[in-house]
Amino acid sequence: MFRLHDVSKFYDGKVALRPTSLDIAAAQTTVLIGPSGCGKSTLLRLMVGLLTPSGGEIVFEGQQLNATNILQLRHRMGYVIQDGGLFPHLTARANATLMARHLRWPKKKIGDRLAELTNLTHFPADGLDRYPGQLSGGQRQRVSLMRALFLDPDVLLLDEPLGALDPLIRAELQTELREIFRNVQKTVVMVTHDLAEAVYFADTIVLLRDGVIVQVGTFRELAESPADPFVTQFIQAQRGPQQNAMGPT
Amino acid sequence: MRKMTIILLLALPLGVTIWAARFETRGLSVGSKKFTESVILSELLAQLVQNTGQPCTHRAELGGTQILWRALRLGEIDIYPEYTGTLREEVLRESDVESIDDIRAKLSEFGLRMSEPLGFENNYAFGMNKKRAAELGIRKISDLRRYPELIFRFNNEFMERGDGWPAVRKHYQLPQRNVRGIDHDVAYRLLAAGEIDLMELYTTDAEIAYYDLAVLEDDLGHFPRYAAAILYRAALERTHPGVVRAIRQLERRIDATSMIALNGRAKLERVPEPQVAADYLSENFDIHVTIDIETKTEKLVRFTREHLRLVVKSLIAAVLVAVPLGVLAAKTRTLGQTILSAVGIVQTIPSLALLVLLVQPLSWSAEQFSALRAIGVSGLGEWPAMIALFLYSLLPIVRNTASGLQNIPPQLRESARALGLPRFARWRLIELPLASPTILAGIKTATVINIGFATLGALIGAGGYGEPILTGIRLDDYGLILLGAIPAAALALIAQVYFEIAERVVVPRGLCIRS
Repeated sequence: MFRLHDVSKFYDGKVALRPTSLDIAAAQTTVLIGPSGCGKSTLLRLMVGLLTPSGGEIVFEGQQLNATNILQLRHRMGYVIQDGGLFPHLTARANATLMARHLRWPKKKIGDRLAELTNLTHFPADGLDRYPGQLSGGQRQRVSLMRALFLDPDVLLLDEPLGALDPLIRAELQTELREIFRNVQKTVVMVTHDLAEAVYFADTIVLLRDGVIVQVGTFRELAESPADPFVTQFIQAQRGPQQNAMGPT
Repeated sequence: MRKMTIILLLALPLGVTIWAARFETRGLSVGSKKFTESVILSELLAQLVQNTGQPCTHRAELGGTQILWRALRLGEIDIYPEYTGTLREEVLRESDVESIDDIRAKLSEFGLRMSEPLGFENNYAFGMNKKRAAELGIRKISDLRRYPELIFRFNNEFMERGDGWPAVRKHYQLPQRNVRGIDHDVAYRLLAAGEIDLMELYTTDAEIAYYDLAVLEDDLGHFPRYAAAILYRAALERTHPGVVRAIRQLERRIDATSMIALNGRAKLERVPEPQVAADYLSENFDIHVTIDIETKTEKLVRFTREHLRLVVKSLIAAVLVAVPLGVLAAKTRTLGQTILSAVGIVQTIPSLALLVLLVQPLSWSAEQFSALRAIGVSGLGEWPAMIALFLYSLLPIVRNTASGLQNIPPQLRESARALGLPRFARWRLIELPLASPTILAGIKTATVINIGFATLGALIGAGGYGEPILTGIRLDDYGLILLGAIPAAALALIAQVYFEIAERVVVPRGLCIRS
């Protein structure tokens, strides 16, 4: 789905991501994880073209990302950020349907798609005409997800989608989100700093540190054959008190 | 419903513009300076011209000598009353004219003519309270040397003129330090109240008798003679010979006593100048003109129209320029700082200075480019005022537009980009609506400032609510001052309400919700 070849990113001479190569498999959930500042968000933002790589190339479905094709390609990617990034001046409905309306989809098609997505995300129909300021954090993330899925993209990119939610809602939404990923059968790339969450969602975990990928694999592979002492250290640090929350592995 | 309200909101300024628009037939125009005698003389001239059947407007109280002189040379006015001393000492100071013939020769180089004297002189003199002068034993100007602590107040033009205070001080070696500029009519009141000791007088001022002032003898013969005469454009002799004959009827027909009486009727008895002039013409020339004395309501309507014209036009222009400038300023740091400091510098120019500074370049441009003249550009009245208002309105709108756009949270900008919205759609659908409350607040600030500031336009003959305020100060008429001040305040309030309604309609509802 995504093929990154020697992609790097520098800001003002500082390294955010060292030359990195990575393949993202289709129809799987890949989770980017690591301590803060490790480059996981940078990697995701490079994929959606919000950042331009300082070196290397990113290929999406056989097409190299560049300034001319990025707008078109983004229609095939859904992007969700922490706390939704919803436009406060638009209702939930207007937020979700914004891009489809801009592309002049017929009204009927928009209505049908919206009904489908409210079902999928369990978003209450009477909330559609509310503004983001009138919705709870969990509801806002559902709208954000509807917006990201509206054009039926090939891939869903999520940057700490549950990061701003309180623990109860977070647990509830985790379950639902995994349900949704299973239903839509899409390629998912998700950034989190929480190992439990990563383990819960991931087919493949990509662990980063200081702008370098330390190891790529399943949780079992990371736990049983760590590529670097840091891998064990990272797993140990997060395990302890949260062991119960880790869910089935 | 929302669409209707938006249409109504847009229709309002448009309707106001149409209502306030001036449809005037351009006849001849007579100008006057900002003091009563000049207004009366010009009114006499205008009525004499109208009596020949020639349409003619009196553009009253355009300003000081320099403004009138320039306007006459550029043909913005055709006729105005002037004094020989002012021509010799001020207007033609650099050409060293001595005799009346010198003056005429010099004037004809500018394409101008001067009539024979009207018959009275209005000289400068120094005046004091009779009692105070007697206490100190002051009878003549040289006596003033003994009292360096005396407080002098002169009108601003006199402070600067070639024959004014600097020359008097040098000529008489006067030591006084507490000397400042002040409005002539206010000076009379301060002198009567004993707040100041001495002011300059015009010898035909009716107040000299009214306040019972002592006129100091010019014992070293400093002040030149100021014989009143009519200046007009030489071309009139060819194009309107009848008009020239009509106005020259005034030659040698007004002596000093009559002029003092005319001034007294206008200033002390508060008879409107057109009435004073008409009565004089009917008594002395057997010319009976019907004059339209404006009622209070008619005046109010006129001032309102003039004021709105200034405000609405300058504001619409400012919005059209400042919003795009603000968008540019929000784009890049350096460009933004350049734009903001440029519009910021305009704000630092004192308003009065800006008005006067604009007169000359505008007159010059109107003179050079006939296209500008055709759309009515001139250095007089409306144009400099409108441009000054336009310039002052830029900063609040540019600044608010820029900061409104810059303060959009970066994650919202990114969300819009990540959706794959093209640049213009992002701007139209996301950034502009998000910045709209701040932009609107900027326009509102500009409007309220603009309405207050437009009153200053009257200083350069732009009319509006400032005109009754200025005339009220000149005539010491509080009613007239309020006729300008109250509607100006009311208009600012109406503008506030207008923008509050606009805010409710234009600002997206979702932005009013705080979660």
